[in-house]
Amino acid sequence: MFAKIILPPATGLKNKTGSWRTGKRPKFLHKNCTGCRLCYLSCPEGCISGSKKEYNADLDYCKGCGICVRVCPVNDIVMEQE
Amino acid sequence: MKEFLEGAVSIARTVALCRPGVISAYPITPQTHIVEELASLVADGRLKAEFVNVESEHSAASCVLGAVAAGVRAYSSTSSQGLLLMAEVLFNIAGLRLPAVICCVNRAVSAPINIWNDQQDIVTLRDAGVILLFAENIQEACDLHIQAFKIAEDPQIMLPCIVNIDGYILSHGYEPVEFPAQELVDKFLPPYNPPYKLDVNNPLTLGSLMGPEYYLETRYAIQQTMNNEVKRKILDVAEEFTKVFSRKSFGLFEEYKIQDAETIFVAMGSIAGPIKDVVDELREKKEKVGLLRIVTYRPFPSEEVGKVLSNAQRVIVIDKSISLGSYGPLYQDVVNSIYLNCQIGNQKTLPKVIGYICGLGGRDVSKEEISEIYNEKEFSPAKFVGVKKENLGNFI
Repeated sequence: MFAKIILPPATGLKNKTGSWRTGKRPKFLHKNCTGCRLCYLSCPEGCISGSKKEYNADLDYCKGCGICVRVCPVNDIVMEQE
Repeated sequence: MKEFLEGAVSIARTVALCRPGVISAYPITPQTHIVEELASLVADGRLKAEFVNVESEHSAASCVLGAVAAGVRAYSSTSSQGLLLMAEVLFNIAGLRLPAVICCVNRAVSAPINIWNDQQDIVTLRDAGVILLFAENIQEACDLHIQAFKIAEDPQIMLPCIVNIDGYILSHGYEPVEFPAQELVDKFLPPYNPPYKLDVNNPLTLGSLMGPEYYLETRYAIQQTMNNEVKRKILDVAEEFTKVFSRKSFGLFEEYKIQDAETIFVAMGSIAGPIKDVVDELREKKEKVGLLRIVTYRPFPSEEVGKVLSNAQRVIVIDKSISLGSYGPLYQDVVNSIYLNCQIGNQKTLPKVIGYICGLGGRDVSKEEISEIYNEKEFSPAKFVGVKKENLGNFI
């Protein structure tokens, strides 16, 4: 007998874990962005996508940790109140 | 072909006959010659497998987990502290429903540091969802390895299996062993064909988070599988093994001179050897005594054991381990089995069930001591055999 323990990939997507954020979210200003991709590479949730001056965080999954804000070398991301 | 070899080497050569694709092990203490011999078989090109040396038993078990998850037959071997370091991963292998086979060379657990034989290491992991088989001698240890792969890899089972052999007594002892021909093993044990595996072309999620609404069913499924599919499969495989290799394999347990026996010993592992000798000697004196040797400790064949013991007046359980603060682990299972048999109405009177703890940390258990146990009439649930008073006292 088996329990349903094996799942197709990406089933976790239906859990919108962005609700875990506590007050603040990143805002991408799209002004000084050089397209260095540090925000994309550093995001522990893997929820940042886009290209130069078009990066955005998927707020359905973003936990608001602020790492993208800290790593951005040109201060093009800020945390803002929800 | 019959050869006179060390137990560990015999087991390694048998494992090689089973064609594992990945063998992973931590190569130093507490390790035995099993993986040493396998490593040289791989290095010599006599076994086509990936041998992965890792930095701990936790990693060895994890490596084996990864290999079986990827659809490869995998094997490891360990002992005592090493098994305890594998503990976390063993629960994972069972919970993920993956059929790894591991040999545990049963040895005492520290502290104090003691590298000799008892069965304390494996009984602490009896609740992990792993199938546990115990060998009496080196030949049986080899035979059980071949069967372990077949049982574990059954698509209805998919659970890890640990073959237990008594440290030193079997791992370092020499006995003549009959090795089956490769063609026979290949016929008996076809290549591992998993019902699910990690595959980039057909991705799956293994080991996902499962909250209170799902977890309980995963345990229920393992419990059902243990008590139904595994027990049935063990009996079927033992029967098929006996037929194919013309050598008796016992499956759940061995009944030795048990018919008409009033006193029945219950034990598992190599200690069954001297007990059988004592039983023979007592039988010559017309004593009605027998031995029930447990081969399959998990799943424990409670109903079957209860039935076998139902006519006994006295049951003597010999444990080589102790659940400190309680009784011998085997004692607990035997008492449960007898009580269960009473509950379902097969039995009216309860026999006296006496528990003995012996051989801890490699202490020799002699035939004389077993005879003394037989002659002792006093009841005790967990009496230590051969306690030396002079070793007790203040801590210095």
